[in-house]
Amino acid sequence: MAELQLNNVKKSFGAVDVIKGVDLEIKSGEFMVFVGPSGCGKSTLLRLIAGLEDITSGTLEFDGTVVNGLAPARRGIAMVFQSYALYPHMSVYDNMAFGMQLQGDGKDEIRKRVEAAAKLLQIDQYLERLPKQLSGGQRQRVAIGRAIVRDPKVFLFDEPLSNLDAALRVATRLEIAKLHHSMNNVTMIYVTHDQVEAMTLADRICVLRDGLIEQVGTPLELYEKPQSLFVAGFIGSPQMNFLNGQFAAAYKANTIGIRSEHIEIKDSGGLWSGEVVHSENLGSDSYIYVDIGSDMPLIVRQNGTTSKQLGDKLSLSPIDDSSVHRFDAAGKPMVN
Amino acid sequence: MTAWALTKRSLFYLAVIAVVVISVFPFYYAIVTSFATGTDLFKVQYWPHSLTLVNYLNVLTTGSFPRNLLNSIIVAASVVLLALLLAVTASYALSRVRFRGRSLLLLTILAVSMFPQVAVLAGLFEVIRFFHLYNTLWALVFSYTIFTLPFTVWVLTTFMRDLPIEIEEAAIVDGAKPWTIITRVFMPLMWPALVTTGLLAFIAAWNEFLFALTFTSSNDTRTVTVAIALLSGATPHEIPWGPIMAASVIVTLPLVVLVLIFQRKIISGLTSGGVKG
Amino acid sequence: MTTEATGGAIPLSHSGTHRRSELQSSRLRSAFIFLIPMIVALLIVAGWPLARTIYYSLTDATLDNLYTGAKFIGFANYFAWVTLPSGRTFFSGILVDPAWWNAVYNTLRFGIASVVLETVFGMLIALMLNKEFVGRGIVRAAILVPWAIPTIVSAKMWGWMLNDQFGMVNDLLLHLGLIHDKIAWTVNPDTVMLSIIIVDVWKTTPFMTLLILAGLQMVPTDIYEAAKIDGVHPWKVFWRVTLPLVRPALMVAVIFRLLDAMRIFDLVYVLTPNTPTTQTMSVLAQQNLFAFNKFGYGSAESTLLFLIIAVMTILYIWLGKVNLSGGAK
Repeated sequence: MAELQLNNVKKSFGAVDVIKGVDLEIKSGEFMVFVGPSGCGKSTLLRLIAGLEDITSGTLEFDGTVVNGLAPARRGIAMVFQSYALYPHMSVYDNMAFGMQLQGDGKDEIRKRVEAAAKLLQIDQYLERLPKQLSGGQRQRVAIGRAIVRDPKVFLFDEPLSNLDAALRVATRLEIAKLHHSMNNVTMIYVTHDQVEAMTLADRICVLRDGLIEQVGTPLELYEKPQSLFVAGFIGSPQMNFLNGQFAAAYKANTIGIRSEHIEIKDSGGLWSGEVVHSENLGSDSYIYVDIGSDMPLIVRQNGTTSKQLGDKLSLSPIDDSSVHRFDAAGKPMVN
Repeated sequence: MTAWALTKRSLFYLAVIAVVVISVFPFYYAIVTSFATGTDLFKVQYWPHSLTLVNYLNVLTTGSFPRNLLNSIIVAASVVLLALLLAVTASYALSRVRFRGRSLLLLTILAVSMFPQVAVLAGLFEVIRFFHLYNTLWALVFSYTIFTLPFTVWVLTTFMRDLPIEIEEAAIVDGAKPWTIITRVFMPLMWPALVTTGLLAFIAAWNEFLFALTFTSSNDTRTVTVAIALLSGATPHEIPWGPIMAASVIVTLPLVVLVLIFQRKIISGLTSGGVKG
Repeated sequence: MTTEATGGAIPLSHSGTHRRSELQSSRLRSAFIFLIPMIVALLIVAGWPLARTIYYSLTDATLDNLYTGAKFIGFANYFAWVTLPSGRTFFSGILVDPAWWNAVYNTLRFGIASVVLETVFGMLIALMLNKEFVGRGIVRAAILVPWAIPTIVSAKMWGWMLNDQFGMVNDLLLHLGLIHDKIAWTVNPDTVMLSIIIVDVWKTTPFMTLLILAGLQMVPTDIYEAAKIDGVHPWKVFWRVTLPLVRPALMVAVIFRLLDAMRIFDLVYVLTPNTPTTQTMSVLAQQNLFAFNKFGYGSAESTLLFLIIAVMTILYIWLGKVNLSGGAK
């Protein structure tokens, strides 16, 4: 377990500034998720922490020691790559044992640790197989196993689930969460572009955009109290409804946002009214798209299947005033 | 099928047959000739009439041809080993480590392979004489590096460049130093490329003529290419076509077999060097 | 992901303000150590000899006085003049040597002819191999045979086939009624260059074919299907679709072959007698170096050949770079 501290970390590739000044504290043992749109720099940040890229300026500390100059192998980190990065010509056992073999550890010690990790991940019967004989999910577990064997202080995950199919993704997500608990809460840093993964796995989320931190907080904090228009629109699926112009002016704001589950359909007399232009029935919920005269139709969530049809005229209102997020011209939340 | 389509199809296959025949016939004819002797040589025959091994015996027992064969094998094998050794580490540096001047270095290496052999002939001649290597096989191993090394480096660099970067990063996180990365992670993945380049380099070395002609002077040290070129008959005016063809077949058959077996690898090696440019 | 931008290598970020991490400096150091043996080898085997050849080209060296007594004569081998007391100026040197210019002419003649033929045939056979048909594997294997045969052996084989007395080429042509008398292909000045071209084309077309085929195989097949649906005539498809898409690979192959053709030695030396009709630059230089014992002069010719090829190579790389910034790569 280690506590990390990033102080004004910047990273440029030649003339291009990718990370523009990040200050972040990652608590010992926490599961921190870096999330953001493509190109925001989240992978780069992870690689800076790993030591695979040089930090241009600023310091990175592990438990108070500056580690900028240290090679990855000396930082006490382990990394799980998006494409697993298993050594194709080595067996599962050798893949997991490689790091320890390089360090010159004893054969018995290696065997103990590898078998323990394999058992934890339920891949112990595949130890003699080659990666190409395994399925995608199994390969991912070998990659995780390789990282576990290193007994790291910090665990780094670089979009590990992107190459898996949807069902496998959900199952592996659960396994990673269980892993975190079973490993005495070792510090884990996880990069993803999928905000569902972020919301479900994280103790805290760090939202990045354009090389800068937008907001850091627990999933619920980000969901209920977004500190910017960007975060409000990024977290939550479907995206938060945004209204400008007269709709926002009614709340004395430049833009207002309201989530689809915070809108109720009234019989009459609602704040907004319009016609149903589209509906999506997902079985467990449904989403109705209503054109109330704003730029984009309002998305309204309903439990179960909806009875509303295309063309129905509806009257809508927020369920209460507190669920309306008000933003000023700069995209910052307004405090009354 | 319409008549026109049928005609097109037949013409196509005719062309195919023509290509195959033209490609293979000269070699076939050489084999036929090698089995002919005496007055048979003065008649043009497309099929082997008499199968005599006289020419082969002649070539293999008189003169130093077997010795020349051995020389060629030794030289080609040594050159390949030397080139691979020097090239493997160099191509790692050229393909996986970014440094200033890298592309310039790569271009220079490519340029060296464009040197006309004659341009370095004089200089090499001097160097070889200086090291007392004249008329030894070492002279050839040494001088052949000028064309095997650049080519080997170039092809291996292209192959290594295509190896996924994440495997290398995983190895770095595991604590592997560059030498370990090359030997324990990359080499096992690269052996097809090594076979290919080795083969191509072997063929190039086997084939070489000018240096072998210039740097060796006695029959014992000559390689097979020079030996064939200089094969002469009993009298100054008689060209011993029979034995020449026999020698040619002996020299070529192993190569042709090797090339046919390793077709795919060779084709991919040639084109990877060429298509990228 | 950022790895795309760095293209297969772990990049070295040159941060002006920060010292390099352990990882990067150890990698740089290793790269240096790994490159040294190769660079040294190339310097010894190519760099130094080239320098020496250029040096010798500026001397009057012969095989006897290589190490002792070779006098520095400046550019005299290349071009010099002497004004006789009678007032006449007498020019000497390679640049006014008719043998040299003849060799240049021969080399160009050979180079252009064979590259053009190899490209055309190569393209045709590549197009053929690009189609699927029964026996394609056999054809692909068959065309490798000429390439696999050592040049010397090819020269001998064809020398035998082109033999005026006993050669099968004459025999076949006579039987087909295409010629009346036997032709001394490799001796007659009218046909000797043709013989060389024939053999070289036979030997090298496979190489061109393979390169062009690789380029062809990178063209996505749906383009051809779309053209078929549009009803475009195959000839048009070739000129307007295939050819432009294959052009990069084609250009590489052509330039490569051209440079190679400029250097030709083996085939000419072995197939044909040493005559002015076929002497190429390499052959001439080698002759002067060793047979005529004009080491300095031969070195000068070698240097000139090197310069010609160097200029062509630089032009090619420069043009290639220009293409790269605008073009299909």
